[in-house]
Amino acid sequence: MAQKSLLEKLEILADAAKYDASCASSGTAKKNSLDGKGIGSTEGMGICHAYAPDGRCISLLKILLTNHCIFDCHYCINRKSSNVRRARFTPQEVADLTLNFYRRNYIEGLFLSSGIIKSSNHTMEQMVEAARILRDEYDFRGYIHLKTIPEADPELVRQAGLYADRVSINVELPTTSGLTRLAPDKDERQIEGAIAKTKDDIIEAKDARKRFRHAPRFAPAGQSTQMIVGADRASDADIVGKASRLYDSFGLRRVYYSAFSPIPDASAVLPLQRPPLLREHRLYQSDWLMRFYGYAPGEVCEATDADGNLPLDIDPKLAWALKFRETFPVDVNRAGKEMLLRVPGLGPTAVRRIITARRHRTLRLDDVARLTQSIAKVRPFITALDWRPTTLTDRADLRSLLAPKQEQLELFAS
Amino acid sequence: MSGQALSTRARSVGAHYAVQLPAPDDFAFWRDQARTLVQCEVPPDRVSWIEPGETGDLFAQGGASGLTERPPEPDRDSRPARASKRFLSLARNAALHSDPERFALLYRLLWRLQSNPRMMEDKTDLDVRRVEELDKSVRRDSHKMHAFVRFRQVENAAGPEGKDAHYVAWFEPDHHIVRANAGFFMRRFANMNWSILTPRGCLHWDGETMRESGPARRSDAPDGDPVEELWKSYYASIFNPARLKVGAMLSEMPKKYWKNMPEAALIPDLIAGAQAREASMVAAGTREARERPDSLAELAQAVGNCRDCPIADCGTRAVMGEGAQRAPLMIVGEQPGDQEDLTGRPFVGPAGQLLDAALAQAGIDRSAAYVTNALKHFKFVQRGKRRIHQTPTAKEIDTCRWWLESERAIVKPRIILALGASAARGLLGKTVSLKTARGIPITLEDKAELWVTAHPAYLLRLDGGARAEQAALFAADLAKVQARLNAFTSGTQV
Repeated sequence: MAQKSLLEKLEILADAAKYDASCASSGTAKKNSLDGKGIGSTEGMGICHAYAPDGRCISLLKILLTNHCIFDCHYCINRKSSNVRRARFTPQEVADLTLNFYRRNYIEGLFLSSGIIKSSNHTMEQMVEAARILRDEYDFRGYIHLKTIPEADPELVRQAGLYADRVSINVELPTTSGLTRLAPDKDERQIEGAIAKTKDDIIEAKDARKRFRHAPRFAPAGQSTQMIVGADRASDADIVGKASRLYDSFGLRRVYYSAFSPIPDASAVLPLQRPPLLREHRLYQSDWLMRFYGYAPGEVCEATDADGNLPLDIDPKLAWALKFRETFPVDVNRAGKEMLLRVPGLGPTAVRRIITARRHRTLRLDDVARLTQSIAKVRPFITALDWRPTTLTDRADLRSLLAPKQEQLELFAS
Repeated sequence: MSGQALSTRARSVGAHYAVQLPAPDDFAFWRDQARTLVQCEVPPDRVSWIEPGETGDLFAQGGASGLTERPPEPDRDSRPARASKRFLSLARNAALHSDPERFALLYRLLWRLQSNPRMMEDKTDLDVRRVEELDKSVRRDSHKMHAFVRFRQVENAAGPEGKDAHYVAWFEPDHHIVRANAGFFMRRFANMNWSILTPRGCLHWDGETMRESGPARRSDAPDGDPVEELWKSYYASIFNPARLKVGAMLSEMPKKYWKNMPEAALIPDLIAGAQAREASMVAAGTREARERPDSLAELAQAVGNCRDCPIADCGTRAVMGEGAQRAPLMIVGEQPGDQEDLTGRPFVGPAGQLLDAALAQAGIDRSAAYVTNALKHFKFVQRGKRRIHQTPTAKEIDTCRWWLESERAIVKPRIILALGASAARGLLGKTVSLKTARGIPITLEDKAELWVTAHPAYLLRLDGGARAEQAALFAADLAKVQARLNAFTSGTQV
């Protein structure tokens, strides 16, 4: 077989990596290269160097080391039985490509994942080697995210954490039955075992750094995971439950949701209809509710419809508020932060502003309007000095008043 | 008010002050001047701030009378100006904004802060909101500069990527942010020679010192870099056409930045091709709208028209299964062979004869069973006059699986015998090893019992001892199936 050029390999291996949702480069330890030989810095805030027409940020060089794979997971474009073109980078090529892009300010760093070649250990070794070349030989101080392989030797996974800013292992599917059916070669207990081990390593390294200033850092940006939405029959309630369990037991930084999207050469076991992208969006919103708004997972699940899925036409916070109308209206001049955060249309920033502003004056509806994006959404759920929603909060058609307008379908649309 | 303050005020009343700033982003200079003016109690409407390049004649019109360029001297014991931390951090950024009113706004805020030290907390105040807006757009502009500066390597005698390689970027910021962001690029590219050229001034770093120079033009910057081809192909490949969201892209990467980003040239084509690419991905395997046929006859007709995979165009015809409509046993092979393709019936060739013999020996009545294949078409390559059998790919088996499932839905067998690994995949959806799967029943989703054994064609390819050994295993598997079949037909499930 003819050798593929670097350009061809990049096309194949970037194409294969695009189903990973994460591209975050934030929240790691601060580094710069003023006292080093190489290049790179991370200053807390992630930087999106470009945006693709799918609206997703391009922050990292997100590629696979190889898309050859001995596993046969149905949802994956790289599964053994798929007919895609295959390619393979050497660790050195990955390192050079990363540096070439980094020097031109295209990227914040590298996100390296891989199909499984030969064995899990062999693959993990190659990935760690790419990170090692970058860190040790080129003194690269940018961001590195390594996807670790749950079946690999824990010692190799630990090494990955020493080189990387973030490590992640995909739980892939929200239910055990889904995993057994769609990813026959994967094992839930093994995946969660590896996540738990990484959590322990992170805690241990943090603890060591408290006592010894030069103790090595271990994945300072923590670990994350990804779940595929819409490839099996799991409902949003199942997914939210699983996510909150993952946050609780493994201290994950993020759970990413990836709406299953049609892949070329799809397996016959999969649904061919893609779930609406909006479903993924609603799940992220519910994730936000749990992380920044103080909602318990159970409360998010209360916002779901009878089929266990979040409504698509309105966001989960509004759905919750409409279900629990007895909690409203909330007095913007007196209510505590927790209650204000429950008002649809008020985010953490607006709530913070309201709390500081009301120290100076008793707020009128106009004042609240200046502090928020849209007062129309907020109005039915608050009282202010000159505003009482009276019957508005209890109107039966409140949902349709607040739901975003549906686009009128075109007559005669082809 | 104290007598001292009165005397200071008396001195400044009526006078206008015009302050000439040395640079449009010189916050430190503004701070020093503003501090003095506040201390002298010069009210905001008596001060004008003039950026370099402006004449300040706008001001001369209104107050020609008391115009003075020299700031007053504060009394030694007058109260020093005070500002909150929040004000300072906002003002530092807002001073970089391109709004010509920014310094006047900052001075007005500073003036008002003296009597109301907590004014910055009042987010409903118009001045406070305006300064927050300025701060926000400057921060955004800086962030976009960090993100969208694109260095190009300049050809250098030392060779590519050599120690002396020089990287040059062209960027057009909205505000006076260039100098303020020098530190970011210095910390990041500490050991690289680079220059950032902008219409608002340039930065040059040689690994040790930072040098500034005046405004540049786009033509001063290089116009290409071979690595850009790799970057563009990365950009095009990482884009997922199944999730087009142009609005989300535009809000974060407005078109004004596109002209200086090499990858942005691809965007129109990527968007135009996206729907077509997604549609073809879905169409490549689309099946969801198709209804399963109700009878074997309908199925036979439908399978004849199937063109879901390339094999369909290979042979003469599709070969349907045959046998009893409600057979308790379904026997599944791999695919029709040469003779099956010609006659249109399954298992009539050499392998079929071997199967018939083995079934008879095991006491299984073939006519009471339903016999079919995992694939309905013959896959082969032509060698002279002979058509040589080709092993189907997993993808082809999975595609044809829909037909096999349709047959199962109609025949509803209690026991299924899969001959060979391809048949097993067709039934299970995943590849299993024959060695581990044979001899042990697998319960399928519809409660049917699946037994996996070798394909009779495999036996045909062996000779001597190996053949005898495999034939014995094959016979043993069939015997087990026969036993289960008896148990089912006699109504006693074991």
